[in-house]
Amino acid sequence: MELNGAQILVRTLMEEGVDTIFGYPGGSVLDIYDQLFQSPIRHILARHEQGVTHAADGYARASGKTGVCIVTSGPGATNTITGITTAFMDSIPMVILTGQVPTQFIGTDAFQEADIIGITRPCTKHNFLVRRVDELARTIREAFYIASSGRPGPVLVDLPKDVMQARMEYQDVPAKRQARKEPVFLPDTADLEQTVAMLKEAKNPVILVGGGVLRGRASAELREFVRKVKMPVASTLMGLGSFPADDPLWLGMVGMHGMYYANMAVSNCDLLVTLGVRFSDRVTGKLSTFAPRAKIIQVDVDATSINKNVLVHLPIVSDCKSALVQLNTMLGNNGLEDLRESRKQWLDQIETWRVEGALTYTRGELIKPQMVIETLNRLTRGDAIIATEVGQNQMWTAQFYRFNEPNTFLTSGGLGTMGYGFPAAIGAQVAFPDRLVVDIAGDGSIQMNIQELATAVKHNLPVKIVILNNGYLGMVRQWQELFYEKRYSHTNISGQVPDFVKLAEAYGALGLRTADPDEVESVLKKGIEASGPVIMDFLVEPEEKVYPMVNPGAALTEMQLGRETGL
Amino acid sequence: MNVRNHTISLLVKNKPDVLARISGILSAKGFNIENISANVTMNPDITKITMVAKGDTATIVKIEKEMKKLIDVIDVIRVKEKNAIQREMALVRVKINRKTRDDVTKSLDSLQCRILDESSDRLLLEITGETGEIDQALTSLEALGMEDMSRSGVVVL
Repeated sequence: MELNGAQILVRTLMEEGVDTIFGYPGGSVLDIYDQLFQSPIRHILARHEQGVTHAADGYARASGKTGVCIVTSGPGATNTITGITTAFMDSIPMVILTGQVPTQFIGTDAFQEADIIGITRPCTKHNFLVRRVDELARTIREAFYIASSGRPGPVLVDLPKDVMQARMEYQDVPAKRQARKEPVFLPDTADLEQTVAMLKEAKNPVILVGGGVLRGRASAELREFVRKVKMPVASTLMGLGSFPADDPLWLGMVGMHGMYYANMAVSNCDLLVTLGVRFSDRVTGKLSTFAPRAKIIQVDVDATSINKNVLVHLPIVSDCKSALVQLNTMLGNNGLEDLRESRKQWLDQIETWRVEGALTYTRGELIKPQMVIETLNRLTRGDAIIATEVGQNQMWTAQFYRFNEPNTFLTSGGLGTMGYGFPAAIGAQVAFPDRLVVDIAGDGSIQMNIQELATAVKHNLPVKIVILNNGYLGMVRQWQELFYEKRYSHTNISGQVPDFVKLAEAYGALGLRTADPDEVESVLKKGIEASGPVIMDFLVEPEEKVYPMVNPGAALTEMQLGRETGL
Repeated sequence: MNVRNHTISLLVKNKPDVLARISGILSAKGFNIENISANVTMNPDITKITMVAKGDTATIVKIEKEMKKLIDVIDVIRVKEKNAIQREMALVRVKINRKTRDDVTKSLDSLQCRILDESSDRLLLEITGETGEIDQALTSLEALGMEDMSRSGVVVL
């Protein structure tokens, strides 16, 4: 049958199982929008293309599916860059469809032309310009395959307007995919045997998990593995949720704002088994003092992540799931039960650290931001999808919210994108209309994509926004206090913020506010129980800092705890 | 650290922006390339790119991994000097006079060299050889009145 490019595109998307697209229309994508209008695919209209991409990202992180966006050429395409780079840094599967000027105008500086292929080459896993309609269907399939396979990532497909209008005789494709086969990295059996031997030999072992466990859907296998080996589990920011925070073997987050006991355990272990971790500078602290006594086994699907920042003793190029499935088989039913006694001393030592470096904060007359998150955790029993912005709100959430299930924590780890959380929460709510989705924000970051309130209201997406309103760009202020002698250069935004309650109401959402610690619980309850989107504005202690803190360039053991501990 | 030149051969899809992807990742990751050459193989859909990079083994391994990760790169081969023939070409214009002409040609006696054009005061030469040989030839020609030269990247088989 004869179809035009736009029709072939929508068909191919449906064949790929796409039922939801986040987008923003424009001149170059008129033909595609005309087809979407007639298709069963759900389209979520955001209010800015950055919101489009973060929403698709949040949808992908929460659901495990590939997030799909569509935007127009030129400024529509360039507005996606932050969202694409955010997804790229955190290995999130996304397909971004950008309109492009007709092929004969490419290179002429035509109206709304941008070389989006050139611009996004460094921030996509791969990208394509479709020059002929007969390449379209195959390219789209390849894009979806590349986005979700191996180490996932965003793939951009640039679609010139004339290609969308061109007609061709189209035949439904055979089921057999024509896409390029990515090399499948399965772990080497000898390496796994050596891993088991090293596990048995170790006296003070620690497992460190990262985003690769979540992206590789290996949470269940991780849980089984830990049950067999009885080793404590620390996590990077990106790995939170891959292992239950309520488990006694859970150490929590490592790194710059990691738990005292997690950093101590990693720094003193004799074996570090890392799963899907790329050793970011925020995780390792000073490289030369990172896990100085440990032999390191690194499992990662991306060979370029191995030996990049930290030299490891046993590199295993494999997805976490394949490696863990085989390790679990090798360990048998009893696992390392025999070693329970010999490991006791190490686990006792960790308990000592856990007590002396317990996460805490002092209460006062003003609301402490940590208390808001603790209360939210208690009210939701840890069973909510939590997005964050970036800065203090993000670190306090990582510390005080107890994530027990995978894909419930949406945060921009690698790029550190302010303005990520709210649209990401919208995307997650689209994927799970019946779950509680909360964005924990600061008064600075929430304003970066506040326009998406319209999206949430329009689409009946009852996202709850918790603003920890301290009147500052808090994390930058914290660094100015600690490292720039309290010269608060352009970080005081008190008096410059809008009235968030009125702002919520202006968009048709509910706005709530309190400055009273005794009202935190009731405001949270009211907000959670409300049927639509809500802004909860908590006026918190302005100069509260995130602790523990490892100063940039310092060793993980050199933590400031921000209190008198006698340590 | 043992820093030296390594030759890496890539088989890539013959597409317009493959070279941009390769050079982009090299610059993004901070790797330096000494020279590069590219042309199609017997299969017109596949291009062979040969590049010479300076670095220690760890650096070269990182470059190889980054190259392998690119979707349009089909294969990455580290060329071992022993098992491959490597050649470079240089085109050289030398200023001569009656006295120096023979000095110029003599200095190139041991090399693959052709005179492409000759006038009473200029020689245009084509020299092929291994990198070291070209280096040597250019050094001696510089002393004998080299005016300009153009040098290719390495090709290997």
